[in-house]
Amino acid sequence: MNTVDMIAVIAAVFLSPLLGGLVAGIDRKVTARLQGRYGPPILQPFYDVLKLFGKEKMVVNYWQIFCAYMYLAANILTVVLLALQSDLLLIFFVLAVGGVFLVIGALAAESPYSQIGAQRELIQMLTYEPLIILVFVGIYLEAGSFKISEIVSNYHQPLLISLPLLFIVLGYAIVIKLRKSPFDISTSHHAHQELVKGVMTEYSGPYLGVIEISHWYETVFILGLCALFWHTNFIWMSVLIVVTYFGEILVDNITARLKWRWMLPHAWTGGLLMSFANYFWIYAKIQ
Amino acid sequence: MKSLISKSRVKSPWLIHFDCGSCNGCDIEVLACLTPVYDIERFGIINVGNPKHADILLVTGTVNHRNKKALKNIYDQMPEPKVVVAIGACGTSGGVFRDAYNVVGGVDKVIPVDAYVSGCAPKPESIIDGVVIALGKLAEKGKKVDQGIFERLEKTQTAIMAR
Repeated sequence: MNTVDMIAVIAAVFLSPLLGGLVAGIDRKVTARLQGRYGPPILQPFYDVLKLFGKEKMVVNYWQIFCAYMYLAANILTVVLLALQSDLLLIFFVLAVGGVFLVIGALAAESPYSQIGAQRELIQMLTYEPLIILVFVGIYLEAGSFKISEIVSNYHQPLLISLPLLFIVLGYAIVIKLRKSPFDISTSHHAHQELVKGVMTEYSGPYLGVIEISHWYETVFILGLCALFWHTNFIWMSVLIVVTYFGEILVDNITARLKWRWMLPHAWTGGLLMSFANYFWIYAKIQ
Repeated sequence: MKSLISKSRVKSPWLIHFDCGSCNGCDIEVLACLTPVYDIERFGIINVGNPKHADILLVTGTVNHRNKKALKNIYDQMPEPKVVVAIGACGTSGGVFRDAYNVVGGVDKVIPVDAYVSGCAPKPESIIDGVVIALGKLAEKGKKVDQGIFERLEKTQTAIMAR
């Protein structure tokens, strides 16, 4: 491992929770302004997590603790692999493992809220994972590799130009992955409530804090995926990330919660149609 | 690190609202605090639906023999440090219902109360005032929790020790 890689790993592990927390704070502020409120301070998510670490440890059983830490570990690993410019498919599988541990932790408790929340989280994973795979396949068809380092070194124009529809599909997947409205059916953010708190109902105190930090890593990972679509220019990459995340917040605020029966068919048909349209376009270009 | 945590406690109180047989007058005023006019989220306060995530328990209405178990249960489910705010004439003393055969009385007959908000129904401003007073108590209790002292109901303490 050379020095650049070492720096990338250290930055990924230590800087991304700071960045993710800031993004969460800005998210809450912007959401409040969109609703005509003043909103909490930007550093509010950090206060929340610190407070949670100061709370009493209350657990239903020890599986929960294990699952919370595994969820954190898997999310850190996805960000580290992304920073090391590793294989997209490997990152995808690690991401899936993290999601599954969150669900197992919720299923370990007997509370009906966390049970139903866990089932819904599984359905959400079932919905967004094929979409993300389709996006990765599109990147492979266009750039000729699943490895991010090879994409960055061999492909010299923004992926967004040839994969615009797949970027929309990724946007769909991100809304589901970040559990934002209209797809906040397994759990919800801010002051919203769904099934009390869905999958997170039974996590409390420091373990909820661990899950919150994992979510920050998750946010950074997802923004990293968006950054991949404009890897040639740093300024345009930042613009793309900001515009995408603001779009997510806007969608979060202007839509009402949907049922999973609506989410699954619409995300799949829309996602599949747009993906295949984009594949045909790539093929036509190659021919 | 400890001073950071105790600062954060006051800056991020999550509250849960329990309607203990209120006429809904106080409930409307509690929810009014969350609207854009008062916007208590600017102090980091979030209305959560889950006692396991909450720091402040807002109770409205009189306690009767049926729902005192529910009230105790919710109180027990909240991890320490935690504070209780009794809201309205009924919550603080039982109000006009205090002599009724089915009424136990104010919230403080069942669980320890840290702040009382009078009024029928109290204004949102006075509810926010009550919460602010409770926050001072929350900071004190937080220091105790850091030393390993937990304020629990007697039966809960024995149940935990038995386990």
